[in-house]
Amino acid sequence: MTRTEGTYKAQAAAAGKRDAAKQRERTKMVPVVTDSIIPERDAGQTILECRHLGIDFGGLHAVEDFNLTVGKTEIAGLIGPNGAGKTTVFNLLTKVYAPTRGTILLDGMDTANMTTDQVSQAGIARTFQNIRLFDTLTVEENVRIGLHNQVKCGMWSGIFRLPRYWLSEKEFHDRSLELLDVFNMADNAGDIAGSLPYGAQRRLEIVRALATSPKLLLLDEPAAGMNPSETAELMEIIRKIRDEFKIAIMLIEHDMDLVMGVCEGIAVLNFGRIIAKGTPDQIQANPQVIEAYLGTQETDDATVRGGR
Amino acid sequence: MEKFKSLPAATRSTIITYAMVVIAFLIMQGLLSVGAVSNSTQGLLVPICAYICMAISLNLVVGISGELSLGHAGFMSVGAFTGVVVSTALAGSGTSGPVRLLVAIFAAGVSAAIAGLLIGIPVMRLRGDYLAIVTLAFGEIIKNLLNNLYVGLDVRGLHFSMSDAASLGMAEGGKVVINGPQGAVGIDMISSFTAGFLLILFTLFVVLNLVNSRSGRAIMAVRDNRIAAESVGINTTKYRLMAFVVSAALAGMAGALYAMNYSAIVPKKFDFNTSILVLVFVVLGGMGNIRGGIISATLLTVLPEKLRFIGDFRMLIYAIVLIAVMLVSNNRALMERLHGLAGRFRKKGRAPSPAVASKDGGDLS
Amino acid sequence: MSFLTALINGISLGSVYAIIALGYTMVYGIAKMLNFAHGDVIMVGGYLCFCTVQYLGLPTLAGVILAVVGCTALGIVVEGLAYKPLRQAPSLAVLITAIGVSYFLQNSALLIWGADPKAFPSAVSFPSVKLFDGQLIINSITIVTVLAAVLVMVALTLFTSRTKMGKAMRACSEDKGAAQLMGINVDRTISMVFAIGSGLAAIAGVLLCSAYPTLTPTTGSMPGIKAFTAAVFGGIGSIPGAALGGVLLGIIEIMAKTYISTQLSDAIVFGVLIIVLLIKPAGLLGKLVPEKV
Repeated sequence: MTRTEGTYKAQAAAAGKRDAAKQRERTKMVPVVTDSIIPERDAGQTILECRHLGIDFGGLHAVEDFNLTVGKTEIAGLIGPNGAGKTTVFNLLTKVYAPTRGTILLDGMDTANMTTDQVSQAGIARTFQNIRLFDTLTVEENVRIGLHNQVKCGMWSGIFRLPRYWLSEKEFHDRSLELLDVFNMADNAGDIAGSLPYGAQRRLEIVRALATSPKLLLLDEPAAGMNPSETAELMEIIRKIRDEFKIAIMLIEHDMDLVMGVCEGIAVLNFGRIIAKGTPDQIQANPQVIEAYLGTQETDDATVRGGR
Repeated sequence: MEKFKSLPAATRSTIITYAMVVIAFLIMQGLLSVGAVSNSTQGLLVPICAYICMAISLNLVVGISGELSLGHAGFMSVGAFTGVVVSTALAGSGTSGPVRLLVAIFAAGVSAAIAGLLIGIPVMRLRGDYLAIVTLAFGEIIKNLLNNLYVGLDVRGLHFSMSDAASLGMAEGGKVVINGPQGAVGIDMISSFTAGFLLILFTLFVVLNLVNSRSGRAIMAVRDNRIAAESVGINTTKYRLMAFVVSAALAGMAGALYAMNYSAIVPKKFDFNTSILVLVFVVLGGMGNIRGGIISATLLTVLPEKLRFIGDFRMLIYAIVLIAVMLVSNNRALMERLHGLAGRFRKKGRAPSPAVASKDGGDLS
Repeated sequence: MSFLTALINGISLGSVYAIIALGYTMVYGIAKMLNFAHGDVIMVGGYLCFCTVQYLGLPTLAGVILAVVGCTALGIVVEGLAYKPLRQAPSLAVLITAIGVSYFLQNSALLIWGADPKAFPSAVSFPSVKLFDGQLIINSITIVTVLAAVLVMVALTLFTSRTKMGKAMRACSEDKGAAQLMGINVDRTISMVFAIGSGLAAIAGVLLCSAYPTLTPTTGSMPGIKAFTAAVFGGIGSIPGAALGGVLLGIIEIMAKTYISTQLSDAIVFGVLIIVLLIKPAGLLGKLVPEKV
C-alpha cells in the first residue's frame, strides 16, 4: 500500500489508452440492463454506469471487474464484509483514487479525465465513513462551502466588496438556511461544526453534500455509531432526500435493517468483486451472500443480519 | 451598543480589529504631537507597521490556509528592492513623496505577487513539512539572488546585472541603486508612520474581506479537511495558491514600506531569521487570529528595543520568553486553570448564557 | 585534476552534512519535529572541543570525547525541559520552541565566548596524502571526515537493525501508540534519539570546525539548514537517505562553487533540492504514505 497516488494515475492513464478501444467494444456487447441492480428498470433512466471498473494496490486487485448501474432516483445499497472494497468503490467514483481499469459514466458522461473536484461539479457528492467536516467553521459555513460551485463570487469581488459579493452572500445565506431547514438544523446554523453531537455531524455532512446539487449522493456508513431510533430517523431522511431532491442515492452500510428497509437494489461485494445483485428479498435469500457473511456453515437464521 | 451586539460574530470581530488599529494610531499621533515620544521609539514606528503587515499577511498562509511558510521574508525583500528601484526611478520626475511611495508600494506588491505565483505553482504540489522546507529554500534562493543583483540608473533608464556594478555599463553621472551584497544605498526615506498606518488598514481590509468571502471559506475548507473540500468541488490547488500569492503581494508591500524608512538596506536583512521572526508573531498571536498577530508583532518589536540596556542578554531573554510562552500556552492543565479564573471573573459581570446543551436537546444523539 | 579535487572536497563537506543530517532525520523520524536547534548543537560541540584543547591543554581526542559527552547531555536536557512537555502540542508550537532553543544556544555562546571568531585547532595532525606527483592533495582532515561519516553510518545502521533499543526506535517512528502498547517506553526512546542526534552533531561540529577553522556563535546555523535540506533531499526519516542526501548536497555545493559561481552556490543547492522534491515529493529514498480516506 505504499504506492503513491501519482503511480495509480500514471498507470490508469496508460491502461486507459491501451484499453479504451477494447472497452468500447465490450461496452457495446454487454447490454446495459444486465448490470442494473433491478433488471426490469428502464435503461434510459440511468445516472451512474460502471463498466469493468478496477483498481490495483501493488499486486492486490482491491476492486475487480465492477459493473453496476444506478437509476436516476434509485436508492442502491453496497454491502459486503469488512475489507471487501466498498469504500474503495466510492473513492474510485469520486476519483480520490484513479481507477486502474474500466469506465465510469455519470449521466452518460465519462469521468476518466476528471479530478475529485470536477467529479463533484459533474454531480457526485459523498459523505465519509469517518466524518470529515470543516471542524473549525460554523454549520452554516460548512453548507456555504458545499454551495461553492452553485453560487459564484470571484476573489476581487470578495476583497473589494463589489456588488457581486453582496448578492452572492445573500444567496449563500438564503440557500444554506433553506437546506438546513429541511433537516431541522437551521437553529444550529451558528454553531461550530466540530462541537456538534455525533448524529448532527453526520446529518450536517449529508446537508453539505446535498448543497453541491448532486445527481448522485454517496453515503459511506451513514448509520455507523447510531442507535436504533436514530437509524430509523436516518431511514426517513434518506427517503426524504430521494423524494424531495429527486436524486439517486448509493449507500454503504453494515446495518442490515437500514439496508433492507430503504434500498431498492443491493449489490454485494466480497474480495473486490460483486458476488450478487438484486432486490433486498433476493439478496437475503442468496446462498452466496450468506456464505460471504457467515462462512460456509449453515445457521438457524438464514437472513443476513447485523454485519458488524 | 445593543445594535453592535446583534451583529454576527465575524463582523463584530472585524470592527474591533479596525477600531483597535485606528485608536492605537490616534493615541500615538497624540503623543507625537505633544512630543512625548522618544527619538528611538519614533524610529520604531514604521518598522512596527511593516511587521504588523507582515504578520497579517503571513497569517493568511499559516493561520487561514494552514500551510507552514518559512520563507516569507523573501517576498518582503522582493518588494523592498522593487519599491526602492521604482521610487528612485521616479525621483527625477517631479512627483511628490506620497505619490511616489504609493506607486512604489503598488509595484512592490505586483512584483512580490509575481514571485509568489512563480514559487507557489511548484510549491503547491507539496504538503506539510515538505512544503515548509521548500519555502525555506526559496527564501534562501531569493536572498542569494538579490545578493548578486546590481541595478543602476542613468539618463537612459535602468540597467540590471548579476555580476558586478562595473558591468552595468552606465552613462556618465549614473547612480547605482542596488549594489549587490551592499544592497540598496541612498534611498529616499519617504516612508512615514501615516503611510504605515494606511498600509496596515489596507492589509487588514484585503485579508479580512478575503477571509469572509466565498474564496476565503474555500481556503479555510482546504485547511480544515482537504479531502472533504475536494469532495464538495473545491479546486484545492487554486485556493492554496490564492492565499499564498495574496500573502506574498502584501508582504512585498510591507517590504517596500520598511525599506524606504532607511537610507540603506541589505538583502541579508531579509533572511531566514526574519521569516522566523514573523512566524513567531503569528504563532504567539494565535494562529489565524489577526488581532493577536498585530499585538504580538508590536510587543515583540518593541520588547527587544526596550531591552537594549541589558546588552547581550536581551536576545537570551527573548529566547527564554519564547520558550516559556510556548510551554505555558500548550500546558493544558495550566491553561484550564487560567480559563477557570477568567470564567469566575466573567460570571460576576454577566448573567451566564443559556446552556449550550439545551440547544441540542432534540437532537439525534 | 581540479574536478577530482572538487569531488573529494565535495565528499568531505558532504560527509559532515551527512552526519548532521543523520541526527536531523532520526529526530524527525521519531518526534516528527523540525529541530531547528540541531545546527546550534554543532556549534556547542565545536566550542567544547575548542575549550578542552585551548584552555585545558588536553589532546584533541579528549576534546572530541568531551564535546560528544557534553552535547549528548545537552540534547537530553533540552529535550526533557523544552520538548517533552510539548508532546501533545501542535507541531508549530514545537517548531517555535526549537527556534527559541536555537536563539538560546546562540546567545549563550555569544555571552560565554564572545562574537569574535575563534581559530579552531585542527583535530588531526598527520600529514596530507599526495597523489599523482602532488597534483592531487588530499587533506588528512578530509580522510578523517569521510572515515568518520562511514563509521557513524555503519554504526547507526547496525544499532537500529540489531539492538533492542534500535528496534524500539524504529517501532516508535512507525506508530507511537502501538509501540507503547507493546511495552516500549516511548518517552525514553525519544530522549535516546535526541541524545544520539546531539552526540552526532558534536562529532560533526569538530569535523566542520577542523575543515573550516573559524568558530562563531552562528557557525552552526547555515550547515544546520543545509544538513536539514540534505535530510529532506534524501527522504526525511530515512537513515541511508540522510547519508546519501548529505554527500550529494556537499558534492553539488562544491561543484557549483568551482564551476558555476561562488556567490550563487547556495541558490543552486536549494534549487536542486526543490527540483528533486518536485520530481520525488518524498525525497530520494523516502516513502510517501498516501492519506487514508
